[in-house]
Amino acid sequence: MNHIALKMLMGDKSKYIGIVMGLTFASLIMTQQPAIFLGLMTRTYSFISDVGLPDIWVMDSKVQFVDDIKPLQDTELYRVRGISGVEWAMPMYKGLLKARLTDGRFQTCNVVGLDDATLIGGPPVMLEGKIEDLRRSDSVIVDIDGARDKLGKPSPIPGGKRIPLKVGDSLELNDHRAIVVGIAKVSRTFQSQPVVYTTYSRAKSYAPRERKLLSFILVKAKKGQNLAELTRRIREATGLAAYTQEEFKTLTYEYFMHNTGIPINFGTSVLLGFIVGAAIAGQTFYNFTLGNLLQFGVLKAMGTSNWILLRMILLQAVLVGSIGYGLGVGLTALFGHAMRHSILAFRFPWQLLIFSGAGVSLICVFAAMISIVKVIRLEPAIVFKG
Amino acid sequence: MNLAVRCQDLVKTYDTGGQKVTALNGINLEIEAGELMMLVGPSGCGKTTLISVMAGILDQDDGSCEVFGENLLNMRSRDKLNFRARNIGFVFQAYNLLPSLNAAENVSVPLIINGMKRVEAERKAISVLEHVGLGERWQSLPSQLSGGQQQRVAIARALVHSPRLIVCDEPTSALDHETGHNVMTLLKDVALHKDRTLVIVTHDARIFDFADRIAEMDDGHIIKVKDTK
Repeated sequence: MNHIALKMLMGDKSKYIGIVMGLTFASLIMTQQPAIFLGLMTRTYSFISDVGLPDIWVMDSKVQFVDDIKPLQDTELYRVRGISGVEWAMPMYKGLLKARLTDGRFQTCNVVGLDDATLIGGPPVMLEGKIEDLRRSDSVIVDIDGARDKLGKPSPIPGGKRIPLKVGDSLELNDHRAIVVGIAKVSRTFQSQPVVYTTYSRAKSYAPRERKLLSFILVKAKKGQNLAELTRRIREATGLAAYTQEEFKTLTYEYFMHNTGIPINFGTSVLLGFIVGAAIAGQTFYNFTLGNLLQFGVLKAMGTSNWILLRMILLQAVLVGSIGYGLGVGLTALFGHAMRHSILAFRFPWQLLIFSGAGVSLICVFAAMISIVKVIRLEPAIVFKG
Repeated sequence: MNLAVRCQDLVKTYDTGGQKVTALNGINLEIEAGELMMLVGPSGCGKTTLISVMAGILDQDDGSCEVFGENLLNMRSRDKLNFRARNIGFVFQAYNLLPSLNAAENVSVPLIINGMKRVEAERKAISVLEHVGLGERWQSLPSQLSGGQQQRVAIARALVHSPRLIVCDEPTSALDHETGHNVMTLLKDVALHKDRTLVIVTHDARIFDFADRIAEMDDGHIIKVKDTK
């Protein structure tokens, strides 16, 4: 009977395509929108991920997320270094500064100041130059996306593509000359500002005069140290906040989840995709069953049990569901692949496949159930009603 | 006498929007095996309800209907399904072929319902299609066949699993005179034999000559049974 069920389904091409399209749309929306959402959310803590080496981040206790900088006094660094279980503790400056470009424009940059001696917290991948080049005077390293786009020089041809900033070029940070000595690859951040790396002391000279300029203290725990225990000791000894890398990511992620409209916006899109997909697929599938009611009646009259008819409808639902899901997920993957070099945030973990799969399954179950009820209640005597 | 169908005091009432309509009002009828019985009468007289009860697709409210000695009303639903699948063949006015299946696939449906493998069922279906003169058209979809050809496919479908009772609802009313005549000739020649009974509902007077007996119905009653042999 499976063969008959499939032939019935595919025989009515317009309805078959309609059901598959509805499910494809639902699957696409339920996969693509969360993928963009996850991509955006990942960007909120991408800076923390890029600074991979330290185990613990220490900061002002009022900090709510990674870009919420509440500077500390430099003396805090020495207090942290004195806590037992700390292998090393390094300063980091992080702040938004305006860079004046060669064409006179200003561009806000995310300036990161690294410990002068160790350069801990530097960019994860160097594309040109070496991180040690930061020890040269006035040197900075810029990220490739910033160098190509926002920090790029205007094209000599009107409307032409910007000329990327390259090693040897210069820019001005708060009236201080900065020479590009390296190009780095960093993860895109939520704000998508160009990232400029320099040393901690030079970053302090670029930054406006303030009493406190230390943004974070990066801590490496001694081997075998319990990180939860060490963060507790740091908190108790200094009154500062101390988070493991994962805790700091969660803090940042949750800040954006609870304090921005992003989850609601994307959640609404996903919900709409689900509802519209369910409505299209459910309605078309139900219409398809209604259109075939006489055929189901004939099968019933000829001795087909409700159980077999139920299996036939489920098979039809599973088939259209699988095709729609596959197409939706495939289109999402293609979308992600096409946008991989663009500014668009996109992250497609395997869990998302389960999420959208569950959504499409729910739609198929809904569509199948309303059809099954109709077929089970069907009187086979309908076959004699012309 | 070998009885195929015995109906005693059959009553069937429909509830149509709060109003009771009696479709069968104390029907008594016996049909012998190997007989071609026609049920005739005006629209709404209860002919279709009667064959629905005989075919086991509708339960009566009162009375009994035994088909080959089995009281269908007392059967469990699964047993009734199996009984129908094995013993009853259907021919409909509008053919009711599955439009996305070709002729052989349509004919093979009753065999598949009875548990036969698809390939074997289709092989047998093609041989039955040859019997009804459509051996060459086994791959055609219903939409590619004429009305008469579709009805012949429907007859092949009704015959393929060798049922003992075939119920036909207005099998010729959608066909022209010559095609209707051919279909009836085919039904009588191929479908009817000593172990198989045909019950045909019709008000197409052109085919009355094919009947062994004609039961005239009106207002839920059988008013006359005429022997035409």
